[in-house]
Amino acid sequence: MYQLLKQIAKTGIVTEPAPLPDAALRALEQRLGELILKHFGRALAIRHVDAGSCNGCELEIHAMNSPYYNLEGLGIKFVASPRHADMLLVTGPVSRNMETALRRTWEATPDPKLVVAIGDCGCTGGIFGESYASCGRVSNVIPVDVAVPGCPPTPVAILQGILTAITPGRK
Amino acid sequence: MSRAFKELGLDATPLAAATPAFCTSIPAGELRGICEQARARKARLVALWGSDETTRRAGHALHLALAFPAGLLWVSVPLSREDPHYPGIADIYPSANRMQRAAADLLGIIPSADADRRKWLRHGAWPEGAFPLRKNVEAGARFAQGPDRYPFVPVEGEGVHEIPVGPVHAGTIEPGHFRFSIVGEKILRLEERLGYKHKGIEKRFEQMTLEEGAKLAGRVSGDSTVAYAWAYAMAVEGATGTEPPRRALALRGILLELERIANHLGDLGYLGNDVSLSFGFFQFWRLKEDLLRTHAQLFGHRYLMDAVVPGGVAKDLPPAAGEALAERLARIEREVATLKSIYDEHAGAQDRFIMTGQVTPELAERMGLTGLAARASGVARDLRVDYPIPPWQQLDPRAASHTRGDVAARIAVRFDEVFESMRLVQALVRQLPDGDIRAPLGAAAAGARGVGWVEGWRGEVLIALDVSGTGRIHRLHPHDPSWQNWPLLEHAVHGNIVPDFPLINKSFNLSYSGVDL
Repeated sequence: MYQLLKQIAKTGIVTEPAPLPDAALRALEQRLGELILKHFGRALAIRHVDAGSCNGCELEIHAMNSPYYNLEGLGIKFVASPRHADMLLVTGPVSRNMETALRRTWEATPDPKLVVAIGDCGCTGGIFGESYASCGRVSNVIPVDVAVPGCPPTPVAILQGILTAITPGRK
Repeated sequence: MSRAFKELGLDATPLAAATPAFCTSIPAGELRGICEQARARKARLVALWGSDETTRRAGHALHLALAFPAGLLWVSVPLSREDPHYPGIADIYPSANRMQRAAADLLGIIPSADADRRKWLRHGAWPEGAFPLRKNVEAGARFAQGPDRYPFVPVEGEGVHEIPVGPVHAGTIEPGHFRFSIVGEKILRLEERLGYKHKGIEKRFEQMTLEEGAKLAGRVSGDSTVAYAWAYAMAVEGATGTEPPRRALALRGILLELERIANHLGDLGYLGNDVSLSFGFFQFWRLKEDLLRTHAQLFGHRYLMDAVVPGGVAKDLPPAAGEALAERLARIEREVATLKSIYDEHAGAQDRFIMTGQVTPELAERMGLTGLAARASGVARDLRVDYPIPPWQQLDPRAASHTRGDVAARIAVRFDEVFESMRLVQALVRQLPDGDIRAPLGAAAAGARGVGWVEGWRGEVLIALDVSGTGRIHRLHPHDPSWQNWPLLEHAVHGNIVPDFPLINKSFNLSYSGVDL
């Protein structure tokens, strides 16, 4: 126990400041009113859906949970069910085998909801493109508010996309 | 060395490859006999896949990669176009079950003797009777989305009930379906259903040149991008007669070990998290983030994607950068040592780790468990040790090993491997040979074959490449060790309680994308 406490004390606080929103990431105009956004800004529940990625984007979503980014300090929390979520964070080209599951997850998320597509594949279909097995980009299946490019996008870029989605702004 | 295969009655031709590899062709009638003899000689099944050879005025073919002490044997079994049946081998090599079913879904080549003929990769995206990997299916083809019914094996009895989980899970992980049959809290049976991430990777490869394929290979399973990119490069270099410079090989060694360290650090953090030791999560993910930032600084990418290219590597490591890397690793190593002693002495965590999710050495051997999970179950195999090609040759890498096969053993193996990989990187940085980092690719002969075989952090990654008449990819099968290990997870959870499943699952940390393809 002593060693554990010592390690915590020695580590200190490593959290870095959060990035600013970037309107260039918008795919759709902000649909939510200021009042709702104010609430989201302090308590945003996110459900992640991997719709067919290579798992690269998931690595960066995990990394976003490291103490460097201190998500919970920003009021952002990952939740276990779409029914508890305000936002879906979707990765991958949407595989045809995940198309139905993604639609159902989206339907299960209560309104008002936001969707952020993550990574080059989520934005455009990426290297996998569209095929007999892939529907391509996320917006081919569900409406996307903000799309964050990158292969994979860094935790800062993903965080920026999330913050953009809960900020008033035009496309 | 091909004499080793003479005893099997096989005429094996050596393949140009960095690791020892041979190929041979046998009629379908001899398949089971060869497999039985191979099994008796302790050869393991590395991969099984199919191909459409109708564009070469032939029928279809089944392919196997078997690992012998003498090297890898690529066995091809020509099948007729009209009746592409072959005698299944899942009773000899249990891990062949899902590979055979995947080949049946994609190419319509059928294991006739096997009881389990259920679909595997085909959910509703294409209908029964359509085979998307056949050459007569255009790359742009689309099928109408159909219904998807899958006959799970039912478990009946007093008090038994089912918990279906997924494909969308509660955590940030890849999609798959787990069907638990339980009594009270105890797991009686787990049946996995994967294939949700099938996005047509193998078909996509066939639209690419050898150069273009490198980027896709690095995205078969994102967490193993170096292992795949290296295996791909090795296969292409074999098929084109290209010899990568020694400096490039040493740099590849550094990249592969860095990938191993980064993944192990992340897993060690999550394993702490799964037993409510969130301290462990935050500490290990801080260290992992430090390492990822170092990767970005030195190699231009946090996960080292596209750093390994056919012919060599994309970016050099100048001496000053090498020193910075060694210094950063030494700092991380000291902290990992502290965290190890905290994990070791944490009674609450150890109580959850020890004897949870056990795979005995006997079971591991019988079912063909591979990679780090196998090394935790007494199967001391590691390609870096078993076939010590450059850059491993002079470094004398040590394979981690443990025999209990539980979550604690898989944690111990990860700690061992982190320290050993640190040693290897430091040694490689110190002894980096001079010279170029990339050699120009030669031309591939039509029908040339290449094999890439690399010990990634999860286990052995195989790339089997067959070049078309125009120098493009005729067929490429990327093989992830998760094919072998997923079925063992079903065994590992027997008799454990449902709440321990996430912990057991994480201790294997298998790839979905790598097997769904």
